Amino acid sequence: MTDQQTAEREQASPRTLELADRLRARIGAAKVLTDPAQLRTYECDGLEAFRVRPGAVVLAEHRDDVVAAVRLCAEAGIPFVARGSGTGLSGGAVPVSDGVLIVLSRLRNIVDVDPDNARMVVEPGVINLWVTREAAPYDQAYAPDPSSQQVCSIGGNVAENSGGAHCLKYGFTVNHVMGAEVVLADGEVVHLGGPAPERPGLDLLGAFVGSEGTLGVVTQVTVRLIRVPESVQTMLVGFHSVADAAGTVSDIIAAGIVPAAIEMMDALAIEAAEAAVQCNYPEGAEAVLVIELDGPQVEVDELFKHVETLARGRHAFETRIAADAEDRALMWRGRKSAFAAVGRISPSYYVQDGVIPRTRLPEILGAMSELADAANLRVANVFHAGDGNLHPLILFDDAVPGAPKAAEELGFAILDLCIEAGGSITGEHGVGLEKKSKMASQFTAEDLDTMQLVRCAFDPVGLANPGKLFPTPRLCGERPGVRTVESAPDPALGEVF
Amino acid sequence: MAAVHSENTVLAGVVPGNEVTPSSAGEVAEVLRATTGTVVPVGAGTKTGWAALPASCDLLLRTTALNRVVEHVPGDLVVVAEAGVALATLQGQLAEHNQMLALDPPEPGATLGGIVSANASGPRRLRYGTARDLLIGVTVVLADGTTARSGGKVVKNVAGYDLGKLYTGAHGALGVVVSTTWRLHPLPAAAGAVVVPVPDAASAGRLAIRVARSTLTPTAVELRWDGSAGELVLLFENIQASVDAQSAAAIELLGGGESVAGPPSWFGSRPTGEMVLRIAYVPAALPQVLSALPAGSSGTASACTGVAYMSVPTDGDPGEDLAALRAAIAPHDGSAVVIAAPDDVRSGIDHWGPTPDSFGLMTRVKDQFDPGRRLSPGRLLGGL
Repeated sequence: MTDQQTAEREQASPRTLELADRLRARIGAAKVLTDPAQLRTYECDGLEAFRVRPGAVVLAEHRDDVVAAVRLCAEAGIPFVARGSGTGLSGGAVPVSDGVLIVLSRLRNIVDVDPDNARMVVEPGVINLWVTREAAPYDQAYAPDPSSQQVCSIGGNVAENSGGAHCLKYGFTVNHVMGAEVVLADGEVVHLGGPAPERPGLDLLGAFVGSEGTLGVVTQVTVRLIRVPESVQTMLVGFHSVADAAGTVSDIIAAGIVPAAIEMMDALAIEAAEAAVQCNYPEGAEAVLVIELDGPQVEVDELFKHVETLARGRHAFETRIAADAEDRALMWRGRKSAFAAVGRISPSYYVQDGVIPRTRLPEILGAMSELADAANLRVANVFHAGDGNLHPLILFDDAVPGAPKAAEELGFAILDLCIEAGGSITGEHGVGLEKKSKMASQFTAEDLDTMQLVRCAFDPVGLANPGKLFPTPRLCGERPGVRTVESAPDPALGEVF
Repeated sequence: MAAVHSENTVLAGVVPGNEVTPSSAGEVAEVLRATTGTVVPVGAGTKTGWAALPASCDLLLRTTALNRVVEHVPGDLVVVAEAGVALATLQGQLAEHNQMLALDPPEPGATLGGIVSANASGPRRLRYGTARDLLIGVTVVLADGTTARSGGKVVKNVAGYDLGKLYTGAHGALGVVVSTTWRLHPLPAAAGAVVVPVPDAASAGRLAIRVARSTLTPTAVELRWDGSAGELVLLFENIQASVDAQSAAAIELLGGGESVAGPPSWFGSRPTGEMVLRIAYVPAALPQVLSALPAGSSGTASACTGVAYMSVPTDGDPGEDLAALRAAIAPHDGSAVVIAAPDDVRSGIDHWGPTPDSFGLMTRVKDQFDPGRRLSPGRLLGGL
């Protein structure tokens, strides 16, 4: 979206301003922003290419603030978008123009810690890492660990079904969330799931997690904690070729080993990470693997011997096991800072997120490299290799006319490769605004219509984060397969870059 | 594929009008489009008692002829198989590649579609989770004949709503599951177990928490309960060195017990008896749950996950016993559902128990997927 378009609407419409006044009367004036200068902060999430000015921002401090805001939106027919820390990378928390943005960051109480049941109840604004910090005295932890875990919120994690490096072994947010309190689009509060397993009735929680804010606003979350393993060890392995690194990943899986994480970085990503955090990765490596094993000491020791043999068999020239926690942290810092680090070697970059079957890795990497060459762009590769989850970082110079567009096109061409390989257009960043058009490539119209049946049950009017996730909104009540009405022009959509 | 008159008794007192056994997803869609009556899908019929009896069944739809393993890529640890494939058959094929689908519900002959629809699991859920955690893609045919897929063939995938979780445990009330895609695990190299006697309910709870809060990584922790005492079994499945080390550490942690090559014969089986309940609760409430059981109950509990299967007596007033149990375990987020009961008892009891505040939403979901309420009518919670 151009600056001109963004600046077009300086002030919300009278309708939204009236809603804001009513909300101020109900929950307090300080929690409701309508000053255009203050609203600017909330125009985008972690994907800065999409910017939309909301009509009003609600800084909720309590569940009842959320209920009040959603009820007023429902009465007035004004769309709303929930936002956590705003670190999402698919534009899922981008406001709707003249709509209401409900910010959940101030809902940050730890409500209950229950180590014997390995449960914790938290509010949605609680930061991911805080959960693990609160659980640490009991030798417990919260398994999902997105790279943004120091700033991203649990509410956002629930919306996006966040993963992280360790989901190879431990699964995703959906495998660790037991229950949620949700404000539906009409303001009704319902409880999905709960601390106990196997609740009678439909598993609505399973559908809610990862619904990207389109089914309601979460106001409380019950998570499951894991026991901190006896031993955690991390190995850094250097290779002269990406193919050997990828082959090693396959060999490890084929040997029946399930590491906690296997991460891969290529030469360009390594260069960036070294420049940023001096992580001391093997010199001259065309690819490195960061492999983490956890569990009983005896098991970790034995399996690492096996892993090392496999890596040597693929011509690894350096294998190093972290000597202590500090060394391990440094190995991970290189990986976790990789996105930001490429900012040091390129004026701009664009991160994509796609998934391929793991066995197709060498082949798809080759195809990606051909696409990059053809587009005359450099691509730094960082992946959750064990999961086949690619994160190509496409480097470009935004001062060069047409470069942003070319980067975006390359990213989408890579997604096409993922779909053709039987993979997915997103492994953890979500569909959001950015990739909703691609949903029609991965799924049939029937598939998408069926998903939207859930949307119609939760939010028949379509006020919760409209214009995200689905390429074409379905009118609820419409007969499946009969598409009679063209979707209204999307107010939230600008042009990428 | 003609529908034939059915004399099937798989649905207890409800005798289906006709039955049909389609052999492809296309045929399932054809059947559903061709009929306007009520349809109850079943697999091998091993868990039809797990849901409430259907309000009616004009057509029994068997998925057992959807029996192809479509694709197994060992290197990706992923398999695609039709809904009528028996779990045991699939495990046999996967074992040739040293892999498994990490689900172990014991019902012999159970199909993948049936396991998903009933959300059936066994002891190893402690390590691997249940069908909802392992099902990465699913294709269903809706009541109107629409065929729709969600998820995919890769484990990590957040594109779109994950409807696989919604269909898991839905007993066919949202659509007929025709194909399933699963995340697989390597077969463990070695196994061993530790068995420890449990003198009373309080000890069962104490020992289970001690295990759960330790660094031991058992695949399963199962309690056999005879009503007043029992035994606890920790199953370790891993490389031999780890099995040995953990077995020794477990005996020390528990202050006793015996290391054995494999779990005892009762391990993983459901209790027998006329009336069997599945009881779920927060795991630390195990002693309270055991103490709340009607006198004469016995069975097994997955001690660290909060799920128990108990055979309860039917000679008193089963409906009243069930209501009392539900009330007693409610503070522990407890639920008790019937998975087996004599026909005469079944009609007089509340199969699922009370409805939660999300029941209205569940009703709206059901009505979106199946507006005519033709699929498995009445089988779900609250008579949905």
